[in-house]
Amino acid sequence: MVRNLATVATVAVGALLTQNWAEAAELTFWSWRQEDKAAYEELIADFNKQQPDTTIKFETFEPQNYQTVLSTALAAGKGPDIIHVRAYGNLETVASPGYLRPIAMDEIPDLKAFPALSITAETMREDGNLYAVPFASQTLVIYYNTDLFAEHGVTAPETWAEFLAVSQTLKDAGVIPIANGTATAWQNEILVGTVVPSFYGAQFEADVVAGNATFEDPRFVGALEKLTEITDFLPDGYTGIDYPTAQQLFLTGRAAMFAGGSWEIANFRKQNADLNFDIMPSPAPNAGDPRLVSTFFDGGYAVNANSEHDEEALSFLRFAASKDFGQKLASLLGNISPVPGVTFDDPILSKVSQFNDTAASYIMLVHFRYEEPSGSVLLQQTVQRMMAGQATPAEVGKEVTEGIATYYTPFQ
Amino acid sequence: MPSRHRLSHMAWILFLIAPAVVVMVSFVLIPIASALAYSLYDWNGLARGEFIWFANFQKVLFQEPFNRWTLNAFTHNVIVFCALMVVQNVTGFLLAYLIFKEPFGYRFYRTAVFLPVILSTVIVGFLWKLFLHPLFGIVNQFLNGVGLDALALPWLGDSRTALGALIFANAWHFVGFPTLIYLAGMQRIPRDLIEAARLDTSSELKVLRNVIWPLVAPATTIIFVLTFIGAFNWFELPFIMAGLDGSPFGSTDVLGLYFYRTAFGNQSAGVQDFGMGSALAVIIFSFILVAAATWTIYLRRREIEL
Repeated sequence: MVRNLATVATVAVGALLTQNWAEAAELTFWSWRQEDKAAYEELIADFNKQQPDTTIKFETFEPQNYQTVLSTALAAGKGPDIIHVRAYGNLETVASPGYLRPIAMDEIPDLKAFPALSITAETMREDGNLYAVPFASQTLVIYYNTDLFAEHGVTAPETWAEFLAVSQTLKDAGVIPIANGTATAWQNEILVGTVVPSFYGAQFEADVVAGNATFEDPRFVGALEKLTEITDFLPDGYTGIDYPTAQQLFLTGRAAMFAGGSWEIANFRKQNADLNFDIMPSPAPNAGDPRLVSTFFDGGYAVNANSEHDEEALSFLRFAASKDFGQKLASLLGNISPVPGVTFDDPILSKVSQFNDTAASYIMLVHFRYEEPSGSVLLQQTVQRMMAGQATPAEVGKEVTEGIATYYTPFQ
Repeated sequence: MPSRHRLSHMAWILFLIAPAVVVMVSFVLIPIASALAYSLYDWNGLARGEFIWFANFQKVLFQEPFNRWTLNAFTHNVIVFCALMVVQNVTGFLLAYLIFKEPFGYRFYRTAVFLPVILSTVIVGFLWKLFLHPLFGIVNQFLNGVGLDALALPWLGDSRTALGALIFANAWHFVGFPTLIYLAGMQRIPRDLIEAARLDTSSELKVLRNVIWPLVAPATTIIFVLTFIGAFNWFELPFIMAGLDGSPFGSTDVLGLYFYRTAFGNQSAGVQDFGMGSALAVIIFSFILVAAATWTIYLRRREIEL
């Protein structure tokens, strides 16, 4: 009797399984956003309300190794159906060997209203094809501790002169004015991206991209000169202060300001819920000048060119380009979604979105991180040296230009 | 014609060495050969492109700024090797000699000196990074405490001290290893030989130089070659303490870091270039192979002469 029941049960389960196999498509979706897993599962549940037959399994990998894991899987002809890809040079690493399915604008009509720069970020330069639906942008800002500012009677500075004066007041009171150090190489590029675009101006970026100016241009060198003025206000021994230390100095209230990206907002709130902070764009050279913030797009959602579930994967991308998705991504994860019409309840996020109206590109990532030696590698090393007092801004400009000139013909 | 017995003997030998040969071929020879093959292609991420002969080698060795970076990293490997020979191995020899003389509590010292060797490099790197931290580190707190504020440097952030700090941490970690090998070498010397020498001379230095030093020559050969290989494959400690970029501005960059950065890319700055990375790996490997083999032969001859 028992045996009979077991047989019946096995047959029934088997039948159910085969039925499911026949109808439902099972897709995999890879990402490096480990801490966002819960939110993505909620978004996938929303998608299933429209398409109950498609199940999507969200799998994450350690961010530093994600690109290697992904490229290896794709090179072996495997990999997920839906791929969280990065932008610019990193996108091209995956797209140029033909691993990603090109997306025509007509297939996802919502994309036509996306900001042009977000589309460029996910487009391969060589063939002009779009390969992913952009998901978020990041902006470089200056964080400040509102309690410390109030305690020492200073307000958020608007010009460079005011910024230096506020820093001096804080320093005299025994507070570290700016938390950042230069020991972690990429933090140097962050400092450049946060402070200098307002000094070199939007026209300089356009000139460099058009090939009419190099990084030896007086506008860029002059802007770097300004950056060296902050070394007095960094922590003692700042050449030995790494990124995690800088974050901790700001989080524990030992330092009043922190130059960093908008991705820190959620992280700061999680690590110290009692910290009262606000953000500001880089100070203006003179009162009334535009205050440019550096922005870049973080990545997007792409479809594996070898996926057996092309249609289902594409319909998920269509959903990812919708306002519902963008709105939820913004409220759950604090991401600045490029989907038009998304609103931000969080006052700091909505500030970021306002700053983005006067934005410059995070210049090396957006334009010069495609080939070796990348503009970022060159800039990080030379600025690190400049901040340690072992190179002049002019030397930085020269070395960066010469390095990029090895593959960028307008610089030759 | 070999007899049947002989044949079956041969078959047995083949059967017994086959597993070792299979393991060697599949895990050592094939990877080396494929790295060599990879280095001759143009790569597009992890997708193999055209066959380009030695263009990757040409880039790594002769093209600006890569040639400068290669030379910079190589120079640091040489410095690390020389410094470790002096700091780590001479200290090891002296410690071994002291323990060999069996002072009070020598069993304790023998264990204490070897203890750091069993710690993982990750732990040692992380600990010393904390100790040398400019704000919270005990080294600078101590220096400030005794009034030597001027010496309280950001050790790992200053290009003049960063490589030295890494070498120091490495020597602290591994000094027990040469100590143990020298100690074993010294204990193998027949007692009466040393006692006879002591009758001849009252100078302990002469005993050390003319009797002990030549008789531990095989230990020196082993330590020299292992230090050489270790110094040129140096990766974990600089990776943990200085980061993938050899911060600050390449002053701690070594071939291992440079290879990893080039082949696999650096998330916050670089591009993956498997071909150039493989070319670097082949250069590092060939250099170590040739140099280590030459030195081993030379040192073996010297052992006999001494």
